[in-house]
Amino acid sequence: MNTDLLQLLCFYLFGGVAVIGALMVITLRNSVHAVLSLVLTFFSMACVWLLAEAEFLAIALVVVYVGAVMVLFLFVVMMLDIKQEVVREGFIRYLPVGVVVAVVMLVEMLAMIGVRAMHAHTLGANPAGASNVAWLGKALYTQFLLPFEIAALILTVGIVAAVALTLRQRAGVRHQTASQQVAVRATDRVRVVKMAVEQPASVLPAPVVEPTQENAP
Amino acid sequence: MITLSHYIVLGAILFCIAVAGIFINRKNVIVLLMAIELMLLAVNTNFVAFSRFFGDVGGQVFVFFILTVAAAESAIGLAILVLLFRNRSTINVAEIDSMKG
Repeated sequence: MNTDLLQLLCFYLFGGVAVIGALMVITLRNSVHAVLSLVLTFFSMACVWLLAEAEFLAIALVVVYVGAVMVLFLFVVMMLDIKQEVVREGFIRYLPVGVVVAVVMLVEMLAMIGVRAMHAHTLGANPAGASNVAWLGKALYTQFLLPFEIAALILTVGIVAAVALTLRQRAGVRHQTASQQVAVRATDRVRVVKMAVEQPASVLPAPVVEPTQENAP
Repeated sequence: MITLSHYIVLGAILFCIAVAGIFINRKNVIVLLMAIELMLLAVNTNFVAFSRFFGDVGGQVFVFFILTVAAAESAIGLAILVLLFRNRSTINVAEIDSMKG
């Protein structure tokens, strides 16, 4: 079997799995199953990107999406107590309009792309040369350095915003305030009282003479 | 031989499925967020294919940035969702109408 045919078969396999997974995402009743189907879709699309020789982005898709974002989705879905029946209301009602809009959009897009010109443009030689990562990295760290830094800033803002949004202040909970603990001085805690070592005798109470018990007969 | 059109058609199909998902899942915000992720995936596929076709690195760099922004977006979106569910005890889109938009 020649390589081109094998690649085409792999493309159809992974693309088909991705489309089936996407259909399952929007139709499955259970949200957890929908998230798992989305994981399947992302994984298949990562394979399709590998066929396009975008190796770094395919691995990044698996690591970032399947590893982080989808786990976050799964976490939130399992944390929320969602009633499935309520969520599925109106599914049948909106199904026709959704299908009609999607099919019309798809037909328009396919007409624009031109299915008959399907075999006109082959992808050609890989511009990356030997290493896709080196190709991408050189561009990222020279030409796109400022956007790269801004992306890091966006991620930081994302972290801060996510933590700040979900942080909850419960009333009546005793917790320690670290800033106050760090800023404390010794004089706030211990008060040294100056006093004389001995007190004058007049202040002392009169000595009490106790009867000795041992000498009793 | 895989051509450029294969990738574009696959992206178009995924995008249309995501649009249909937004239409038919009116009640579930989580599925709406997932449909948005699907749309971004479809667009990214187009970017990758065209980057390969034109031999331009810009397309793949842009996909990298889209992945970054989408990760931040989904993190904030899910945080808002958790907050919403904590305050309103629902993720039904129809009931989230307090802003009367």
